[in-house]
Amino acid sequence: MAVKRTLASVVLGAVLALPAFADEDPAIAARQGQFKLFAHNFGVVGGMAQGRMDYDAEMAQTAADNLFHLTRVDQGRLWPEGTDSASSEGTRANADIWDNLDDFVSKFVDLQNAVEDLQGVAGSGLDEVRASVMAVGGTCQACHEDYRDEES
Amino acid sequence: MLRRVVLILVMIGLIAAGALWVLSAPRVPDSDTLARLDGEPERGRDVFLAAGCGSCHMAPGREADPLVMSGGREFVSDFGKFYAPNISPDPEHGIGDWTQDQFITAVMRGVSPGGQHYYPAFPYTAYIRAEPQDIADLHAYMMTLPRDETASRDHDIGFPFNIRRAVGLWKTLFLQEEWVLTDDLTEEEARGRYLVEALAHCAECHTPRNMLGALDSARWMEGAPNPSGRGRIPPIAGEGFTWTAFDISAYLETGFTPEFDVVGGTMAAVVANLQQLESAEREAIAAYLLRLRD
Ligand code: HEC
Ligand code: HEC
Ligand code: HEC
Repeated sequence: MAVKRTLASVVLGAVLALPAFADEDPAIAARQGQFKLFAHNFGVVGGMAQGRMDYDAEMAQTAADNLFHLTRVDQGRLWPEGTDSASSEGTRANADIWDNLDDFVSKFVDLQNAVEDLQGVAGSGLDEVRASVMAVGGTCQACHEDYRDEES
Repeated sequence: MLRRVVLILVMIGLIAAGALWVLSAPRVPDSDTLARLDGEPERGRDVFLAAGCGSCHMAPGREADPLVMSGGREFVSDFGKFYAPNISPDPEHGIGDWTQDQFITAVMRGVSPGGQHYYPAFPYTAYIRAEPQDIADLHAYMMTLPRDETASRDHDIGFPFNIRRAVGLWKTLFLQEEWVLTDDLTEEEARGRYLVEALAHCAECHTPRNMLGALDSARWMEGAPNPSGRGRIPPIAGEGFTWTAFDISAYLETGFTPEFDVVGGTMAAVVANLQQLESAEREAIAAYLLRLRD
């Protein structure tokens, strides 16, 4: 009985949702959370590179280690088809991603490689960190330029 | 739809006003003065970067060479689709056989060597405020770029917007050589104003437009709908924008926001250009934007 009622309300919910977009896929919030964590850790080394805060080898290393692990999280379930900004509410992921998946993945791999370099130099001084931070930022920018829409 | 109908009525009204026809004839600066300027290619590179010519005129492909001005990029507007033409030094398909004064007249007045009006999708509406010497330097620099043989593509726009002469009326109404920010400025702020209002045409994206596609100077830089799709271009003046001078110049240099998000969309190319200039130039832009606050 309970099952039946749940089922009925799910169907009803789906019908009500029809005129708008499909129900928001939880993958969207999950990947946005992932990017927020990128920025949160990137801000430590980025802040040092820009002179917003003093260089601290240990803090820089921790942030770079975090970024290393964060950029290794498997992306398999974060980008389901139909979660682009033309088909789904609440996302800035441009539909071009799914038309150019190879390029999108290769831009993600560029990020992984740049972060690996950053991890290698994070503890060895501000100049090294500065150059490496710019390289990492360049890989974020390259992907955002092609595949991320403006905020609504 | 209503917007389109209104637009068409207004345009037809304007065209029908025969008395205005004479006003629509191209007006150009004195070509002798322009021809005598001595263009300096090295200085021209900085002008090229600040003015962002490459952002529009490079090939559309993802990994296109930023120095090959083959054209082909598409610009969506309320009036139809425009395609950037080939402006490489190729004499047949590009602008290799143009004289310096023809080039300056095109960039600073939106008038072609054949005497026709260009559409303001080409932001001569900003470049009109540039120093002719800078545009002469730009010409000298652009003639050193690679030649390309891609043919320019026709625009995809319907009646009445496809009548170039009508652009002359538009210019009479909206093409403005005066500065938008007219306060007393420090030398740095004045440099910033030159970069922002004359060369880098920040307002073309960050300022909303009226029904005829002209920038609304009452809401200068206060954010605008994105002409080419979803989302909005963020405000960089007014209450919605609270960045410090450092935040602004750091963003223009590194692409990092104060929250360490990283620039994307069409702004990424602006940053990629401006980060190659002297830091004083980015600081001047920041000083100008802060002046828009008071
Ligand atoms: C391979 C492509 C790619 C790379 C590399 C990339 N991003 Fe993104 N980023 C995206 C996309 C796509 C979105 C939009 C996600 C959405 O809204 O569904 C996004 C969104 C974001 C957001 C907004 C999250 C929110 O609050 O919604 C931030 C912040 C961000 N990215 C930071 C970064 C940083 C920092 C880096 C580099 C360290 C980076 N990104 C690298 C593609 C990328
Ligand atoms: C926002 C995009 C944009 C930017 C920035 C831009 N242009 Fe253009 N340009 C265009 C478009 C669109 C046209 C076509 C206008 C028309 O056909 O009426 C054009 C036309 C031209 C032409 C005429 C070419 C011909 O074959 O008649 C020249 C020359 C030119 N641009 C040079 C430049 C230079 C130099 C710069 C930098 C100072 C520049 N453009 C910046 C979009 C742009
Ligand atoms: C071709 C269009 C275009 C031009 C020209 C342009 N911008 Fe932008 N600008 C954008 C877009 C789009 C964004 C949002 C970027 C994103 O989504 O990451 C932006 C973002 C910004 C931001 C960040 C605002 C925020 O709150 O995140 C600043 C600051 C900025 N622009 C300043 C400038 C300045 C200064 C100029 C001129 C030197 C300029 N822009 C020229 C399109 C443009």
